[in-house]
Amino acid sequence: MYYAGVDVGSTTTKAAILDDGKTLVGKSLGPTGANVVRAARNFFAEALKEAGLEEHDVGYVVGTGYGRYKVPFGNAQVTEISCHARGAISVFPGTRTILDIGGQDTKAIRISAEGEIVDFSMNDKCAAGTGRFLDAAANVMGLTIDEIGPVSLTSKAPLRITNVCTVFVEQEIMSHLSKGRKTEDILRGVHSAIAARSLALMRRVGVDPEITFTGGVSRNPGMVTALEERLGQKINVSPLSQYLGCIGAAIFALERAQGAPSPRAPPGELPMLRGH
Amino acid sequence: MRYIAGVDIGAVSTKAVLIDESGALKAHALVRSGSDLNGAGERALAEALAAVGLSEKDLEYIAATGYGRYQFAKRDIQITEITCHARGACALFPGTRTVIDVGAQNTRAISVDEAGRVLKFKMSERCAAGAGRFLERVAKALELDVSQLEAAAAGSKEAQPISSICAVLAESEIINLVTEGRPIDDIVMGANHSIADRVVALARQVGANAPVVITGGVAQNGGTVAALSSRLGLPIARSGESTYAGAFGAALLGRVRLNRRREVEAFHRAGAAA
Repeated sequence: MYYAGVDVGSTTTKAAILDDGKTLVGKSLGPTGANVVRAARNFFAEALKEAGLEEHDVGYVVGTGYGRYKVPFGNAQVTEISCHARGAISVFPGTRTILDIGGQDTKAIRISAEGEIVDFSMNDKCAAGTGRFLDAAANVMGLTIDEIGPVSLTSKAPLRITNVCTVFVEQEIMSHLSKGRKTEDILRGVHSAIAARSLALMRRVGVDPEITFTGGVSRNPGMVTALEERLGQKINVSPLSQYLGCIGAAIFALERAQGAPSPRAPPGELPMLRGH
Repeated sequence: MRYIAGVDIGAVSTKAVLIDESGALKAHALVRSGSDLNGAGERALAEALAAVGLSEKDLEYIAATGYGRYQFAKRDIQITEITCHARGACALFPGTRTVIDVGAQNTRAISVDEAGRVLKFKMSERCAAGAGRFLERVAKALELDVSQLEAAAAGSKEAQPISSICAVLAESEIINLVTEGRPIDDIVMGANHSIADRVVALARQVGANAPVVITGGVAQNGGTVAALSSRLGLPIARSGESTYAGAFGAALLGRVRLNRRREVEAFHRAGAAA
């Protein structure tokens, strides 16, 4: 029997399929777009294809991410906080702090040595410090999102970006460009600004090593370096970092199918406790 | 006749106003600020002068305001936007008690006393939410020009709520709403409500006493002003000169400074003669 996790993010939808031994047998990702249901179906189907499986081979599907309630074939939904934590531990068992930078939100999650969620903090109100901020910077500079990280690493004299708001940073970048500043120096500043915001978010939950970096932005080597510089330590990044949410969901699917208890909700998610 | 100029160098547009020695508004001009702020001030001033067939030698005093005021080399004085907007609004609408200035990047709420003096102010400058840039992003997402937003809002039957406060996140939300087939007019109205919520919250922090005047570029958008007025529960006055209130106020305050300088000079001359 096989188990699937589908992580419907604001920007990207990810799907992963595990076998009984928790081995990843299929995965797929692509843009969520406006039709969340279609994206969930599409990338689940593609992951099945990669694994050489049919839908009926999958015994249990867990949906996660902001669109998790729109996964029509999902047997259950688990928050992305729990799923990212679970996925991160499965790849880096020593993980105590997770930084997840997605397309439209950023989360810091601290977990105990037993793998339980101790605390989390997130920014989903504002594009600053999220993937959208990098998208906007890339756009203004006429580069692709995959180019900006490597380009930023060639900088010898980074500039400081003073604005926080993505809209204002766009103008700040244009002003730097018009003054003839180097693309790489501006970009290094942009990465450094996000790293500073990420670190502030992480400090709210406490920064314990090991730190694992997940989400789409973790594919950006410029971001990894900027974070390591700010933190003064190495961080875990895997080629699977973007899939850790859906891998976590698939692990929950496997455990639920085998009768394991439900994952505990992270403390901040209990509405009764909020504000106390 | 000698003239006094007020030059308001904003984040997105630069405004210049000319007044005569009686304080009457003679000419105004608006240009894009771009990255050369001194140049923007020069261009706006030249346009205002050209509009009434004057040249720079007709100017006796230049007051600069706005975020680029220190970059303007020709200024005789620089004055904060708060003071200038309050002064300009009170000159356009005597009796004003609250000024709401919604510019491209900054939004300010200013309470003034009977004499037009600033009592209190609050501003938001960290983020584009609640400022003109928010509307620019909305227009861009809807493939409209900012000038078309007013007509679109007028056609709305029921505002489509926009849940994102952030201008960038609102843009993605709007693109999704369009894909879902929601009427563009209703989305524009929803965006007006969103910006109005932010601005009214700021205005309430300074008291929001009537009469209320709106200044800044967003004053030209009747849809946004109507949404603001409905959220505030008060009428909001505006005019074609609302955009120039900061530059007008700078010129008027420059005139006060100029008159004082003349008095001091006259005093010294009298002393030297005696």
